[in-house]
Amino acid sequence: MLTRRIIPCLDVRDGQVVKGVRFRDHVVVGAIEQLALRYRDEGADELVFYDIGASPEGRGVDTAWVERVARLIDIPFCVAGGIRSVEQARRVLGAGADKISVNTPALERPALVAELAEAFGVQCVVVGVDSLREADGEWRVRRNAGDPARSEALATRTLDWIQDAQRLGAGEIVINCMGSDGVRGGYDIAQLRAARAICAVPLVASGGAGESAHFAAAFREADVDAALAASVFHEGILPIPRLKADLRAQGIEVR
Amino acid sequence: MNNAALRVVLLDSGGANLGSVQAAFARLGMAAPVSSDPAVISNATHLVLPGVGAAGAAMARLRGNGLDRLIPATTQPLLGICIGMQLLFESSEEGDTTCLGLLPGRVRKLPASPGVRVPHMGWNQLRTRRPAPLVAGLDGENVYFVHSYAAPVDENTLCECTQGEPFAAVVSRGRVSGAQFHPERSSLAGARLLTNFLGIAV
Repeated sequence: MLTRRIIPCLDVRDGQVVKGVRFRDHVVVGAIEQLALRYRDEGADELVFYDIGASPEGRGVDTAWVERVARLIDIPFCVAGGIRSVEQARRVLGAGADKISVNTPALERPALVAELAEAFGVQCVVVGVDSLREADGEWRVRRNAGDPARSEALATRTLDWIQDAQRLGAGEIVINCMGSDGVRGGYDIAQLRAARAICAVPLVASGGAGESAHFAAAFREADVDAALAASVFHEGILPIPRLKADLRAQGIEVR
Repeated sequence: MNNAALRVVLLDSGGANLGSVQAAFARLGMAAPVSSDPAVISNATHLVLPGVGAAGAAMARLRGNGLDRLIPATTQPLLGICIGMQLLFESSEEGDTTCLGLLPGRVRKLPASPGVRVPHMGWNQLRTRRPAPLVAGLDGENVYFVHSYAAPVDENTLCECTQGEPFAAVVSRGRVSGAQFHPERSSLAGARLLTNFLGIAV
C-alpha cells in the first residue's frame, strides 16, 4: 500500500536553512547539508527546499547546493523558488533534484506548467499554492508570499487555480495554508478537504503542524498524500521517528 | 568478482536522473560514467539504463545516439530504472512508443480511480513473486516510485507492487532486468538492489 509521506520543508536563503513565522521574521536554523542528512537519517520520506529569496529577488536557484544535496542523500527531494522557464528547471533537475515546484511564476504565466510537464513529464512538476481565506470566506491565492514586502493577494480562487494547474500538467499540488502557517495550531482541514475533493493528483498539506494529531487529522480527514512541516522538525518539538510511531499506532500507513 | 573489477556504465538516455544514479553508485564506492560510446560500453561489466520523463523523448534520444541498436547487441547484465525499465519492453502506451523489445509486453497507463492517484508518487511496498538474487532482502521493503505508466505483472516479474492494481516493480529475464522504482532515491533498500545487481556484498 502506498504510504503517507512526511516531508520536512527547508526554507533556504543565502545558502542556509531559515525559518519564519507566517512567512516573516526569518532566523537561521542550520546548514543545508547537515539538516538534509539529519532528516534523511530520521526517516523523512522526502525533502522540499524552498529558495525563498529567489522569486521575490527575480533570480534563479543557485544550483551548487542542489548538486551537493543530490550526492549526499538517498531520498527524493524537490526544489522550489524562482523557476520561471524550462531552461531554469532543466538546470535544477540536472543538478539532481527529483522534482521542481513552481508557484508565483506559474500564477504569472500558467503556460509554464504545461511547458514543464511537456519537457520533463508531469511527475517532475509540482505546483505550490499559497492560499489565504479572505473576509468574504473565499480562499484566494497569493503571489510572492515569501517576501512580505511584495506579497500580493490575487483575485484567483484557490480551488480554481488547483483545477487549472492539474489541467495544465501539475503532477502534484502543495497547498500552503498561510493562515495556519508557522503557528503550530494544526493544518487547515476545511481547506485541505475542499482541495482534495477536486485534486486527482497527489496533494500535500502545508502550514500549521504542531503535533502528531495534526498530521493524523490531515491524513484521516482530508486524505492528503503527504504532509509538510518545518518548525516542529527544526526545533525538535516532534522528532520524525516519534511522529511515525504515533501515526502507525493509529493505523496510518507510513514507511 | 571484487569491486575493483567492476566497471559500471550508465547508458545515456538523457534523463534528468543520470546524476542521481551516478551519485548512488558513488555512495557504493563506484565510478559510473555516462556514455553512448560503443568502446566504453563494450568494456563495461554492468550496464544501467536510467531515465525519467516521457518514453517517446527517451527513445528519441536513444535513436539519436545509436543506443537503440547498440543496447540489444550488448551481452552484459543490464538494469533499466524507471522509464529505463519501461524502454526494455516492446512498446509503451505513452505516446504509442515503440521501445527496445528486450522483454515481451506493453507498458500501460496506471488507471486512476477514487483514492488512487496518478502519478503514483511515494514509498510503496515490494512483494516478491519469484525469489532471485536481484531481489534478495527486498520483500516487504518500501521503495520510492514516481510514475504514471507501468508494465503488467507477468512471468518475468520478480516483485510486484500495487497502486489501484498490481504492476511489475522489478523484472528480470536472462541478463535483462529492470526496476520501476528509483533505487537511487530509495534509501537502504535502493542501495540493496544496486548491490544485488552488481553481485557485491554491502
